[in-house]
Amino acid sequence: MKVKRKIDLNGKVTTITASPVARLLDVVRGDLKLTGTKEGCGEGECGACSVLLNNEVIDSCLVLFGQLRDGDLLVTVEGLENKRGLNRLQRSFVKNGAVHCGACIPGMLIAATALLKHNKTPSIMEIKEGIAGNLCRCTGYGRIIKAIEEVV
Amino acid sequence: MVQSVGTNAPRLDCHDKLTGRTKYLDDLDIPHCWFGGVVYSSIPYGRIIKINFDPSFDWGSVVTCTFKDIPGKNNTVFLTQDQPILAEEYVKHVGEAIVLVAAPTKEILSQARSHIHIEYAASVPVLTIEQAKDKATLISGKDNILAQYCINKGDLDVGFKEAAVVIEGEYQTGFHEHAYIETQAMAAVPRTDGGLTVMGSLQCPYYVLKTLVSVLNCGADRVNVRQLPMGGSFGGKEDYPSLLGSYVALLAKKSGRPVKLIYSREDDIIMSTKRHPSIVKHKTGVKKDGTLTAMEINVEFNGGAYATMSPVVLSRGVIHAAGPYRCDHVRSTAVCYATHNVPCGAFRGFGVPQTIFAIEAHMDKIAEALGINPLKLRAKNCLKLGDTTQTKQLLRESVGAAQCLDTVAKGCSFEKKWQAYRRQNQAARGKKNIQKGIGLALYMHGGAFTGSGESVMKTEAGLMLQKDGVVRVLTGCTEMGQGAHTVLPQIVADTLGIPLKCVYCEVPDTDLVPDSGPTVASRTTMIVGWLLTQCAASFKERLFEFIARTYRVEKTALKLVRASFVSGSKRITDFKTAANDYLSKVGELKVIERYKLPPYIQWDPATHIGDAYPAYSWAADVAEVSVDMDTFEVTVDKMTIAVELGRAINPVLVKGQMEGGTLQALGWALMEDMQIINGHPQNKNLQTYIIPTARDIPDWRVHIIEEPFSYGPMGAKGIGELPLDGGAPAIVNAIYNATGLRITEIPVTPEKLLRQCAKL
Amino acid sequence: MRFLNPSNLHEALTLLSKFPDCKILAGGTDVCVQLRGGGLKPKAILNIWGLNELKNIRDEGRYITIGALSTHTDIIRSPLIHKHIPVLAKACRTIGAVQVQNRGTIGGNVMNASPAGDTLPVLMAYAADVEVTSIAGQRWVPFEGFFTGYRATVVRPGEMVTGFRIAWPPRGERADFIKIGSRKAITISKVMACFRARIEHKKIVGISIAFGSVAPVPLRLKQTEAFLMGRVLTHKTIDEAVNKLASDITPINDIRSTADYRRHCCGVFLRRFLLESLCVS
Repeated sequence: MKVKRKIDLNGKVTTITASPVARLLDVVRGDLKLTGTKEGCGEGECGACSVLLNNEVIDSCLVLFGQLRDGDLLVTVEGLENKRGLNRLQRSFVKNGAVHCGACIPGMLIAATALLKHNKTPSIMEIKEGIAGNLCRCTGYGRIIKAIEEVV
Repeated sequence: MVQSVGTNAPRLDCHDKLTGRTKYLDDLDIPHCWFGGVVYSSIPYGRIIKINFDPSFDWGSVVTCTFKDIPGKNNTVFLTQDQPILAEEYVKHVGEAIVLVAAPTKEILSQARSHIHIEYAASVPVLTIEQAKDKATLISGKDNILAQYCINKGDLDVGFKEAAVVIEGEYQTGFHEHAYIETQAMAAVPRTDGGLTVMGSLQCPYYVLKTLVSVLNCGADRVNVRQLPMGGSFGGKEDYPSLLGSYVALLAKKSGRPVKLIYSREDDIIMSTKRHPSIVKHKTGVKKDGTLTAMEINVEFNGGAYATMSPVVLSRGVIHAAGPYRCDHVRSTAVCYATHNVPCGAFRGFGVPQTIFAIEAHMDKIAEALGINPLKLRAKNCLKLGDTTQTKQLLRESVGAAQCLDTVAKGCSFEKKWQAYRRQNQAARGKKNIQKGIGLALYMHGGAFTGSGESVMKTEAGLMLQKDGVVRVLTGCTEMGQGAHTVLPQIVADTLGIPLKCVYCEVPDTDLVPDSGPTVASRTTMIVGWLLTQCAASFKERLFEFIARTYRVEKTALKLVRASFVSGSKRITDFKTAANDYLSKVGELKVIERYKLPPYIQWDPATHIGDAYPAYSWAADVAEVSVDMDTFEVTVDKMTIAVELGRAINPVLVKGQMEGGTLQALGWALMEDMQIINGHPQNKNLQTYIIPTARDIPDWRVHIIEEPFSYGPMGAKGIGELPLDGGAPAIVNAIYNATGLRITEIPVTPEKLLRQCAKL
Repeated sequence: MRFLNPSNLHEALTLLSKFPDCKILAGGTDVCVQLRGGGLKPKAILNIWGLNELKNIRDEGRYITIGALSTHTDIIRSPLIHKHIPVLAKACRTIGAVQVQNRGTIGGNVMNASPAGDTLPVLMAYAADVEVTSIAGQRWVPFEGFFTGYRATVVRPGEMVTGFRIAWPPRGERADFIKIGSRKAITISKVMACFRARIEHKKIVGISIAFGSVAPVPLRLKQTEAFLMGRVLTHKTIDEAVNKLASDITPINDIRSTADYRRHCCGVFLRRFLLESLCVS
């Protein structure tokens, strides 16, 4: 028993057919083969599976595919690059040495993107709050925060 | 000369990591792959009476393995070969693997796992060091001792006689979870030649290979081990993948299919190794002026059910137990006990965070007893050029301890603040809501394997010329986020005189790269990087011979600068052209060399006396904290770190390592409270095992100090583990400065502070 | 597992009457975790996420009404909440991370019925009414009687929580929400509390104190409130009230904290709130 949803996925209208009780994370990684989105805990604690749904950051491990609605806007890390390659935020991550093992990075970029969509000039504290749901075990967060700060 | 060493060259892997293109194991689409799972012990200790395969399940739809399916030896191949791949008669810890299952889907796998029931005859487990000493139940040998050492320097009696004061202290640390974001993950894929490729998230491909050859009872040519991009490790994937690799290999052999096994967070926490809990006792003699005269140190680790890396973890721990201090009379004894807990293994720092926590907390206790500022006490005793360590190692060069201490103290006015906070807080006790404190730790970490380990291991690495002037680095060293696959190419590029973009590391696959030793022990940059500079010199020599011959120029006058061969002021040809010419006219250019230890290294493993490490890296931390005196919540406001590492190959990566490692130390010091009760881990997810978020971080200040080491590449030493050693004592000392509450057992939770406060 | 996906409330209630055993799924921040471990295996899931009629936050004269599907983010961003019950927004801000605030709903927080649910003490302190609806109609249940025991509520099979109403708080009232967790963000509460007080001429003329994570259900501190009501707020009153508090709560030791620490923090919170009230008045 599968259901169909017609959504805007990374800027392209896409029809997806999948089990309604499948986690959005599994549909993104499995059916859509967009494996940039990671699973870190499966319980909404680590943020590695963050995606943008209708411009808000969510944990895709906590949403069932059937909960999507036609016309929803879904953005994954694969949708962040622009025509010229890495976007400003991604380039700032490169410059500031914000990437280590990389497992948190897709979710971190998504959370930062959501933050900057809603708040063009976040303070350092607002940046920290914006990415507090994304655990990173490597960097100590300092370089990530600086990378976000520099695109503000 | 275009140099990349010393610059913040972007990591070579960051583009793919930022776009989601990097394929970690779970991201690989392996055709016809089955999913593996483990049925593990639910009791800490007992005999397996029976494994019941519930007949209501269709066992024809899956493949299962028990120890009986192991064609070779049923154990991992480390120093002590005591750990079974799959339990036979007894289980010795919760999470010990008993049955393996592979199924075509995750759903069937989960059903199969739930239809396997193990019947046990449970026995009373040995869980604490005290119980292990009791020897009523024997887990390991005749005494439950997994490893022990004693280091003697001078004469303790003489030292204590010289002392004006003797100060004692006891310090404890708990289990510590790696909490890498990517859980343990491996796969085995049958090869067309009947062999097997085992791959995944692993630190040491040759470790896994060694165990596989023994478990599968096959030649090393029948199996290759490949490291894939890793989502963090921190030592957690040093020894454990030898087990997990065996699981997937056994399942793939039996099913004839590729099998992928990725742990859920819960399985990962229950089954994989932890940092050893520790009890360290200090008895220290000091003169009135603070001079250390005698140090008697007793280190005890809880090793869990099997040895894994415990003998070397304990060794490294005890070698660092006297801290970065000069003292003529030292005796350090250390024992690691077996218990029925999950085995403890490698974790960044490798025994040193425990012993450094103890000595650095103890130094503050000594300072207090003598009425000396903690900075002065450290400055007075800190190791300098020409001093000897507790293993009687003469420090010949690159000793930055004093400089680190000075830099970090000046950077945040340590002495002034320490005095001021102390005065204010004593006056304000009970009246002020938030009290501030400042704390210090001075520490070091030896780079490379202990003693002559690097010679014994026969470390090899190499370089290979590709077309268009690209150079491939051949090394078994793995990239796990620390930046090795950027730093090593930087070293090679500069040694050769070509741009960084022309150098890359080959995938660490045992079929493609030589054994460069494991990617552990803060050894990659210092040892393998050094070896690669030697390879690069030979490599360049071979090219110079070719150029000299081809262009009829004097070889000795040749230089390779900015990817061009020049002789004097004359440009002969560019590197790309020369490379292509060489490959078409001469053929392959491949250089593989073996590491040689600096000639002066002398080490006696039995007494643990001698040159323990080719070099130490040094650091000092100052933590500034605020403590809410009502709720006892601790906020680390600022962390100032000075690190002396010989040479910073890539400063931004250095800073990232220092900050990231220190944050792990902060978590360990304040919140990471892995509770294992009756052998059962209680914090089985990231909701209850709390690690720091972006909101928990201090303001970071990292100062890099460079005192080049002659046998390091461009002078560089290692810093992989160093960052985890100093954060915890600095924070605990700062909490004491703020509150007057000396907590000697980390993590320092608000609950413990409240309890301590109630006692006063 | 059937997936029921109604497009409006009436349809949802009809399905609920047909499948009274189904698991209601709102934002999924708790339910998806339970589904994953295999602990929760319902025959059917009723997805109510799409029911826009349950997402409103409105001024309805005597009351503010909050639709059960208002997310924590909706509440944080609501000017109405911000103006009149800012402590509810403060509580929502401490729930999980942004990711969870964007999906988690106030109705879900209440129906998950965890003693550590962060909005619960606020709804308790504000004596909210809970709108419980079935195909047969709706009933309003006072928040105080809503929880019948650990993770148990008065909601019967075939019913669902559709909204909350909170009477306008009186003018001149002070209120606060205080929480302690294991770290600075995305943390489950060790203890949290919501306080409201109205003080006229130094005398306490209105007081409401609710705690979470100190008993199997969120608690109103009746004895402490009774003690404070009508008294002149002084340092002495505060000391006495803090001493009284112990008899109102029954905290436990668990993975997150100890009973002693929780008891201590309850006193700290109460003292902090009353002291600040004293300063302000």
